[in-house]
Amino acid sequence: MRSDRTTSAPLGLKIAAALGLLFLHLPILLIFLYAFTTEEKSYQFPPPGYTLQWLSVAWNRPDVWQALGLSVRVASIATAIALVLGTLCAAAVSQTRFFGRETISLLVILPIALPGIITGIALRSAFSVAEIPFSFWTIILGHATFCVVVVYNNAVARFRRVSGSLIEASMDLGADGFQTFRHVILPNIGTALLAGGMLAFALSFDEVIVTTFTAGQQQTLPIWMLEELVRPRQRPVTNVVAMFVVLVTLLPILAAYYLTREGDQVAGGGK
Amino acid sequence: MSAITDNSILEGRSGTFGRLSDFFWRNPKILLFLMLAPPLLWLGIVYLGALFALLLQSFFSIDEYSGLINYEFTLDTYRQLLIPSNFDIILRTVVMAALVTLASALIAFPIAYYAARYARGKWKALFYLGVMLPLWSSYLVKIYAWKLILAKEGILTWIFAKLHLSWLLDGWLSLPIVGGNSLSISYTGTFIVFVYVWMPFMILPIQAALERVPGNLIEASADLGGHPAQTFRYVLFPLALPGIIAGSIFTFSLTLGDYIIPQIIGSSRLFIGQAVYAQQGTAGNIPLAAAFTVVPIVIMGLYLWMAKKQGAFDAL
Amino acid sequence: MTTAVLFDKVSRHFGAVRAVDSVDLAIVEGEFFAMLGPSGSGKTTCLRLMAGFEQPTDGHIEIFGETAEGVPPYRRNVNTVFQDYALFPHLSILENVAYGLMVKGVAREERLKAAEAALAMVKLPGYGTRRPGQLSGGQRQRVALARALVNRPRVLLLDEPLGALDLKLREQMQEELKTLQKSLGITFVFVTHDQGEALSMADRIAVFNDGKIQQLGTPEEVYKRPQTRFVADFVGSSNVLSPIFVKRLGYPARYASLRPEALSLGQGTGARKTVTGRLVATNFLGASNRLTIEADEGTRIAAMVPASIAVPEQGSGVTLSFAAEDLHLMDDAA
Repeated sequence: MRSDRTTSAPLGLKIAAALGLLFLHLPILLIFLYAFTTEEKSYQFPPPGYTLQWLSVAWNRPDVWQALGLSVRVASIATAIALVLGTLCAAAVSQTRFFGRETISLLVILPIALPGIITGIALRSAFSVAEIPFSFWTIILGHATFCVVVVYNNAVARFRRVSGSLIEASMDLGADGFQTFRHVILPNIGTALLAGGMLAFALSFDEVIVTTFTAGQQQTLPIWMLEELVRPRQRPVTNVVAMFVVLVTLLPILAAYYLTREGDQVAGGGK
Repeated sequence: MSAITDNSILEGRSGTFGRLSDFFWRNPKILLFLMLAPPLLWLGIVYLGALFALLLQSFFSIDEYSGLINYEFTLDTYRQLLIPSNFDIILRTVVMAALVTLASALIAFPIAYYAARYARGKWKALFYLGVMLPLWSSYLVKIYAWKLILAKEGILTWIFAKLHLSWLLDGWLSLPIVGGNSLSISYTGTFIVFVYVWMPFMILPIQAALERVPGNLIEASADLGGHPAQTFRYVLFPLALPGIIAGSIFTFSLTLGDYIIPQIIGSSRLFIGQAVYAQQGTAGNIPLAAAFTVVPIVIMGLYLWMAKKQGAFDAL
Repeated sequence: MTTAVLFDKVSRHFGAVRAVDSVDLAIVEGEFFAMLGPSGSGKTTCLRLMAGFEQPTDGHIEIFGETAEGVPPYRRNVNTVFQDYALFPHLSILENVAYGLMVKGVAREERLKAAEAALAMVKLPGYGTRRPGQLSGGQRQRVALARALVNRPRVLLLDEPLGALDLKLREQMQEELKTLQKSLGITFVFVTHDQGEALSMADRIAVFNDGKIQQLGTPEEVYKRPQTRFVADFVGSSNVLSPIFVKRLGYPARYASLRPEALSLGQGTGARKTVTGRLVATNFLGASNRLTIEADEGTRIAAMVPASIAVPEQGSGVTLSFAAEDLHLMDDAA
């Protein structure tokens, strides 16, 4: 909506919007406070005192490091697979007109449009039918499946902007298909792919619903957190890990935003 | 210059890449096929295959004594969904999803409206990030934050006490259905967390729909004598509706399938997601779990079909 | 005379749509050739067939005697100036112009020098470091031209290159393009829907409609002796007269075209033909007035008369006259 005059918003609207945003942000900020509480046994507010000791306690916890390591490895590989599959799919859908494009878009979006539990249990029962034991790779299989859509959405939006005439211009000037891809297509979609990759990484890094179904004994960081949520044992360590996760997911989101802010509607569409 | 020739048709490129390029140019369908094959195979086999296998399971039944799956086509499992205890789960989930969607729309609209109509430049970017960051923040951390907030010894109880309003909180908790021992084990708590976690998904589609409303429509309505409330009712709301419906697809679907939020914050009564989890896990009744998953699929199918008729997909 | 581009019964169908329908065409080396027609007439598809972006459904295309169908655009020594210029947004102006040489493997130093020279040729020296987004429409147009010409194509294809420019700039560019073409001697094939542009710039014009060439000739031929009613109407909006009307004027009963500027007010002197009617409209066009009279059976005839001549009253009876040879009988049978 565009209004030429810069009118000021009604007070009621300002308050409602501000309250809405506060509602979104205050709970996350609270996490930061709790990471430094001296209270170990409950979620007491206000904290009786503040300490930095839990940072070092959490730092020295091998199970946290293990979970973090697994999460990073899973997210990296899942993102790499999603980048390849999502880009291929986006290129095919946007560069050519063919029967069934809509169906393909739907197929890509489906894993994220249907509740995660469906994806999860479907994969789990498929693994059991096919007698595939749970492993590192079964987690990745699940993650890559729902990460494709994030890359796809970002890439499709950008491909739409790389007008067909740019590709024709490149070929007209003597560049063959590979040269055109290397010199025209890739530079123009690069940042969108990077953004899509960042978001896919964030999505995978944070995923828990599908992972509970596709992981065996291994714990990703979200699974570790879920355990702590269901059966709290180490509240202060959980607090610190939660703060860490907030900070870590912040970075790719901000990066993705800055990479794609010129022009296309991004990021949110994916998740 | 070496590369400039007088030939009108240049020599074919030598080398593998040159030949491949020519080949793909002459056979664009093969290139298309090669591009589509990996993603479609992946999604088709890994995802659709799994989904199909799951749906198939729902037509089997489980032998009550041996606990083994009886691989014979039957609708018995679906009949089990209708027994009161199971049907209650479905009803409870759908009502919760509807309420969450409604509340999300109410909270999201002012934010989206402000961002679309009044926020400019720097503020607009800030608003966008202000919505994106919580949306993408860790799901579990968000739930965890609310566990801290809603705990009996947590900040909310403290605030109510400071405001001398503890009686209000206690009064609410003593109500049937919505009440409970503490907020973190009540439906109220579940509801708040659902709204918190899924509401951001409502903002961007509404904002996108409102961005497309020319500002002068509002002025035209005012010019024609429309009271602000009338302008909202007859101009703004109908135009934003596709966006609201698009957003509700997310809030509704995500609430329907969630099993972690009600497990961590809420009473012991199950939601569909929990039922699926319990049936496939501890109970080992895969057919019933599969039948349960069909419920959100069918509901979402109907929902999407209606949304499509309303033109909501343009606002996605 | 060498034939630069040859179309032999070339057709291009998109499903049931015959975008180009059995077109024969021979463009001569070194000429400025215009393809004129309304949108959807097939002129742009013909251009794309020459560039290699489209392949003929049927027929044969030759470029300087070599078979072109089945040859990818990047193997044709033919370059295009695109309607939207299609400058690469991620490259500087200099890199844009040097692109064609780069992909052909010309050394960096050499290609940048050539690109600089090409930019100077289109009067944009020193603009090389800028980005396409920082240039005006007219400047982008020149860059697109330089980017194509730096490759020394044997044929330069221009797809409505002046369409996005305002009137003043367009007239200036018409002039420059014409000069450039003459000095380089490269064959230019120019697509436009603007008949004025085609008439003023081209050596020869092909008028397209419905996927077919309606008429091919010099601007003067096309303008003065349109062969079909479509050409008469599209090029310079001539008066198209029905066979009955033409017969009454003393000609064979065929469709005829009569240019508005061939008509003058009053009987005139000598053996001039006359038509009479009621004045129904007067449009002031600056240097001239366009008078529209309604003759018998509702036939409307427009005449262009100098603004210095007093205009008769609206609704009054008016006599217009023209030299007998200015009425041009057309081939259209019906």
